[in-house]
Amino acid sequence: MRRWQLSVLLSWPALATLALTVVPVWLLLRISIAPPDPAAPWGAGLTFEAYRSLLAPDSIHALRRSLQLAVVVGIVSVGAGFPLTYFITRMQRRAQVGWLVFLLATLTLSDVLIAFSWQVMLSKRIGLSRIFVALGLMQQPDSLAPSVGAIIACLTYLVIPFTVLTLYPALSQLDRSLIEAARTLGAPAWRAFTSVVLPLTRVPTMVAFVLAAVLTLGSFVPPVALGKPEHWPMSVLIGNAALAGHNLPRAAAMSVLLLVVTALLALGAVRAVRHRPTP
Amino acid sequence: MSLGLEVRQLSKHYGSQRVVSDVSLTVPSGQFVCFLGPSGCGKTTLLRMIAGLEAPTSGRILINDRDITDTPVHERNFAMVFQALALFPFLNVEENIAYSLRFRTINAQQRHEMVRDLLALIKLPDIGKRRIEQLSGGQRQRVAIARALAQEPMLFLLDEPLSALDARLRDHMQVELRQLQQKLHITTILVTHDQREAMSIADTVVVMADGRIQQIGSPTQIYRQPANRFVAGFIGRSNLIEAQVEDGLHLRVGERLIRPLSMPAMMSHGESVTLAVRPEEIRLLARPQHELNCLTGRITFTRDVGNEIELRIDCEGREIIAATSPAQWSALGAAGEPSEVALQLPPESCRVLTS
Amino acid sequence: MTAILRRAFLGLLALFLAAPLIVVTGVSFNGTARMNFPPQHASLIWYGNFFSDPGWMSALTLSAVIAALASLVAVSIALPIAYAVWRFNSRAAMALQGLARVSFLLPAVVVSIVYLVFWSALGHAGHIEDTILSHAVVFVTLPLTTIGLGFQSIDSALIDAARTLGAREGDVLRTVIRPIILPYLVSGLVFVFILSLNEYIIAYMVAGFEVETLPIKVFNNLRMGFTPTMCVGAVLFMLLGVLGFGAIAWVGDLPKLLGGRTQGSG
Repeated sequence: MRRWQLSVLLSWPALATLALTVVPVWLLLRISIAPPDPAAPWGAGLTFEAYRSLLAPDSIHALRRSLQLAVVVGIVSVGAGFPLTYFITRMQRRAQVGWLVFLLATLTLSDVLIAFSWQVMLSKRIGLSRIFVALGLMQQPDSLAPSVGAIIACLTYLVIPFTVLTLYPALSQLDRSLIEAARTLGAPAWRAFTSVVLPLTRVPTMVAFVLAAVLTLGSFVPPVALGKPEHWPMSVLIGNAALAGHNLPRAAAMSVLLLVVTALLALGAVRAVRHRPTP
Repeated sequence: MSLGLEVRQLSKHYGSQRVVSDVSLTVPSGQFVCFLGPSGCGKTTLLRMIAGLEAPTSGRILINDRDITDTPVHERNFAMVFQALALFPFLNVEENIAYSLRFRTINAQQRHEMVRDLLALIKLPDIGKRRIEQLSGGQRQRVAIARALAQEPMLFLLDEPLSALDARLRDHMQVELRQLQQKLHITTILVTHDQREAMSIADTVVVMADGRIQQIGSPTQIYRQPANRFVAGFIGRSNLIEAQVEDGLHLRVGERLIRPLSMPAMMSHGESVTLAVRPEEIRLLARPQHELNCLTGRITFTRDVGNEIELRIDCEGREIIAATSPAQWSALGAAGEPSEVALQLPPESCRVLTS
Repeated sequence: MTAILRRAFLGLLALFLAAPLIVVTGVSFNGTARMNFPPQHASLIWYGNFFSDPGWMSALTLSAVIAALASLVAVSIALPIAYAVWRFNSRAAMALQGLARVSFLLPAVVVSIVYLVFWSALGHAGHIEDTILSHAVVFVTLPLTTIGLGFQSIDSALIDAARTLGAREGDVLRTVIRPIILPYLVSGLVFVFILSLNEYIIAYMVAGFEVETLPIKVFNNLRMGFTPTMCVGAVLFMLLGVLGFGAIAWVGDLPKLLGGRTQGSG
């Protein structure tokens, strides 16, 4: 009874998932070793030109920038997102739901719109710089974008809801009696937190970090809209190669590189979590 | 008169782990039976096999002489009340009770009447529209019972249904369950680890340990004539005293001779047996009065629980527990520990256990 | 002391998160064609503009249609997988689950290229189905997670009880499993809907030239110069999002749906 029913049940999901994950990735690999062709998406034949171009300083720098951005955004978003999630899980139900709806609502805004609104906020005329002048942090109003800081701010904004949603289950289900036990054993609140909560949430924290980093690596619009060409990470180069440069093989090769980097990042994170000595 | 439930050599193994071993018993129709035993003794697994929720490794189950071992759960018509009650949180009280009626050809009017009657039976006529989370523990209990009874089952199975209730409510529900069962004449099996519960409501008690039946009998039989050490120790309080056979009529406990009510046959001098005596059957005296059936010792501990005084007495290295009423205790005039006291063991209270 | 720090932290973060929303909403009410914040000469002119402009309205409709269909397709993929994992412990289903998770975690721009390549190779580039299917598969991990949580939340004693009360396999599915799963299913739908609605890069790469969704139109407009009309679209999306998640919170137990503790515990 079981086996054939199971096959029928999974036939459509399997078809859809495999067709749209395995096949495209294989195609990507295939394209990355094809020559570019102005008339068609890609040309016939075999060449490693696209991979060779990865060794150019342009690409190397772009990759470096991608990684730097990913790590910084990961740290900032988890650094802010963890305490935020922790506080949310301690709130009364009403407040909790309010915050959750609020965070989920920020998901509703496309990264295009967010990038655009950050552009507006950071422009000379409108917002933030005037506040900084009033606070004495700046001499006179000036546009704060395009800049690396702008990219980081925007990406952090986009990533934080995901960080919170990743950490939420673990922090919400935390056994409070463990913290209470630590307190009765003499640990001040701060120490109870670091010695009980942090070790218990190592895994979801790492997952949140990786998620933030990966979302950053793949993000196209914010760096384009809020950064100068010298700030552009690999994701922008990929997008441009495909759109403006009509060079799919190059885009594909860069994508493969980015995929490898992403996989290494994820693996590295898994290793880090598993091999850390217990405190 | 129908035979009711019959279980033949039922076993359940998980690999090398034997959870239920070779259990055979009969439950006559209309009786209230308790499966009693410590946790892990297999009683719940046995119940679940009867219900059809677990498949036995070997053995047969029959109801009214019909073999139902291979009948699927939903066709057995055995109602079950679970330990966690398992009331459907997405249905209100009425809908929960009426759940089983969906699978029968009953029209809406009949269904409505049946639910109404059941609500009256459990003495909660007005709560039909309430949601489960709005009910108290006792109310949920009753709704679970009503839901099980709605299908007019052949067998009523309960898996530690009262364990989540506080002591007073528990006592109350035990009585109610018993009254309900008698009113409906429904064959009932209740699983519990609380021997007081089993003793107070069952017609027959099945004592289990390690997946096997230790003894089957009425509560009085089990109490008065425990079949072995386990039953003697599990039911009520018992002193289990090591003794040697002296002769065909007597046992030796240390320097003393004890004459029990009956001795097992074919025992030779010096053979080891266990003497089982219940604390409340021991007579306490200030000074020993007879040579036979009398032990002396020093009181090491007293506990006054209101309706009884419990004492622990050191008799030549053995600890004996005795219980007496406050009146008799003060009549004794003993000053508490560590005074000397004599223990009179009436022959009819002395049981000899060979295993 | 720590209470004040906590309040300050939360306040700052709330401000940080709300700022772009406030800015965008403010600009949408601006009386002039420039992007002024705070808005000058507050007016609803851009709202009128938005709703009467066929370009914007068709982009909006298109986005909504794609999002709706993508969410339905995603759930149609996720539900059997989640059920197979829970009911049969199916390894094949778990493998599919892993694949789905991976496709969500891949860098978005890479995914967009991958799908561009895929649909081009099929000779089928530039159609609306491309976007729908691509979104569905990329986002399938969301309903997979929520529905998976739903199945996990089913107390096995409930199923035992139903069976002893006479329910067959199909009855159990219909009368016990379905009511419990439904809110999780709906929240999965809503998640995919909202993420698809706002998704830009995949939609653009896959079918952008022919199929102009709202984010694509916004981006195109961005490059050509701002008009506050764009912000109207943003405000609309914001409202939709708040309404959607607010509805879920109202009807269901949002913390539980997101994997947290349920009401009355903790």
